[in-house]
Amino acid sequence: MLFRFLKPSDVKSAEITPEKIYHNRREFIQATVGLGAIAALGLDSSQAQAQTKLLENITPNAAYSTDEKLTSFRVVASYNNFYEFGTKKDDPVRNAHSLKPRPWTVKVDGHVENPGDYDIDDLIRPHDLQERIYRMRCVEAWSMVIPWVGIPLAEIINKLGPTSKARYIRFETLVDKGQMPGQNSRVIRWPYVEGLRMDEAMNPLTLMAVGLYGRDLPNQNGAPMRLVVPWKYGFKGIKSIVRISFVKNRPRNSWYLKAPSEYGFFANVNPKVDHPRWTQANERRLGEFRRRETLMFNGYAEEVAHMYSGMNLQKYF
Amino acid sequence: MRLSYIKAVVHFLALLPAAWLIWQGWLLYDGQDNLLTANPIKYIHHYTGDWAIRFILMSLAIMPLRKIFGWNIVIKFRRMMGLYAFFYVILHLLNFVVLDYYFDWPIILKEIIKRPAITFGMTGIILLIPLAVTSTKGWVRRLGKKWVKLHKLIYVIGILAVTHNFMMVKADIFQPMIHISILTLLLGYRLYDKFRAGKKTYTGNSNFLQRN
Repeated sequence: MLFRFLKPSDVKSAEITPEKIYHNRREFIQATVGLGAIAALGLDSSQAQAQTKLLENITPNAAYSTDEKLTSFRVVASYNNFYEFGTKKDDPVRNAHSLKPRPWTVKVDGHVENPGDYDIDDLIRPHDLQERIYRMRCVEAWSMVIPWVGIPLAEIINKLGPTSKARYIRFETLVDKGQMPGQNSRVIRWPYVEGLRMDEAMNPLTLMAVGLYGRDLPNQNGAPMRLVVPWKYGFKGIKSIVRISFVKNRPRNSWYLKAPSEYGFFANVNPKVDHPRWTQANERRLGEFRRRETLMFNGYAEEVAHMYSGMNLQKYF
Repeated sequence: MRLSYIKAVVHFLALLPAAWLIWQGWLLYDGQDNLLTANPIKYIHHYTGDWAIRFILMSLAIMPLRKIFGWNIVIKFRRMMGLYAFFYVILHLLNFVVLDYYFDWPIILKEIIKRPAITFGMTGIILLIPLAVTSTKGWVRRLGKKWVKLHKLIYVIGILAVTHNFMMVKADIFQPMIHISILTLLLGYRLYDKFRAGKKTYTGNSNFLQRN
């Protein structure tokens, strides 16, 4: 089952493997002490550090990781689309301190054998945490490389036991204007909703992330748990999940509802299907000057293309 | 003499946004903390575009300010506002062509032609060129009444600019709506004024050149 994950197009072996750098705690701390963007936004670096705690017993999953150069923690944690905290990229890092990621209850309902209200720790703790370094391609044509910590979504699903009626899985983000000030504005419909087809949800690449860079998820990245679907545009990666529903019909996800001609349900990364307002043929990896070509399924075609064989991807974008 | 002092101050203020950008760009280049976010090119794009629109709106605000409050001095700053709009929009275009797409002409041309929002923006920039070129005293004299007519293009440019701005935004239309509202007020005032002046023409009080 464990095949070599990297393809010629994404192997940049000449580049430093910075995950080694960050596993070296001392250097990591030095690097993160320079959380300048965060400091400039009024959070000093010790606060930013104190926000998250180190996670124990993480197994790096090399087979499911790219060895591309990591995007720095500072960038990953300060450049976010998380409209619950404001629509500007640096709004979440400024405003997400009001989110309380513990205690956290996740409601499970729909066509499932074990519905109920689960404490997040009961949902996650029985499973071994893995680290996976994934590319993240935003629909806005920028990208990052992020060392996530989490568990395969399939492990959670298997435990919850969806029935044969469950054809899709639907997620909801927390709605709480007190914790999420951005929800006072109605830029999109709250709660934020996302979903996957069941086979997509069960794909071994699909991750329920609880951390990054070896620590708990920073609030602005979707604490305490968020979805990571690396072959899809970033908006599929719903953050701060409070509800998981197993449903029969395709969920109507938030961005689809906002602009159906611009954002689909599938949202697979596809350089051949442009966004109506900009090209998707290339992207800017944050920290790089020149744009690079966008890869089909964000470079994960070998692992996921079979799920879409025979589908018209121009139509089901 | 006093006017030249005021002009110097206005130049200084109009250049502040560019100076701030250069300062932040220097901090970024130097590896220091800066406010250009993790995606500086996108930030610069929005920043220069916003300032171009603000200067277009300021140039369009001159006439109503003069009419409503009787501040005749503001007319001395209209050309300046227009030229600073041109300055910031050229920075906006350079950012698009050089920093964002790095002279990738096939993609740049495709974007300009295929994306209505970018087509509108680009059309606005092209229309602004003759206005910038003919902004000198010599051209005003040479073109006479034609100059007035030509420079009415700024209304079209204003509409193109705010439309471009509105169309480029993903969900949060707050800021483009502010731009659209201001533009509507400024153009609406002109319609109102024209209507009023049309009535007054009978009494011979209207002066076409002065009004514009």
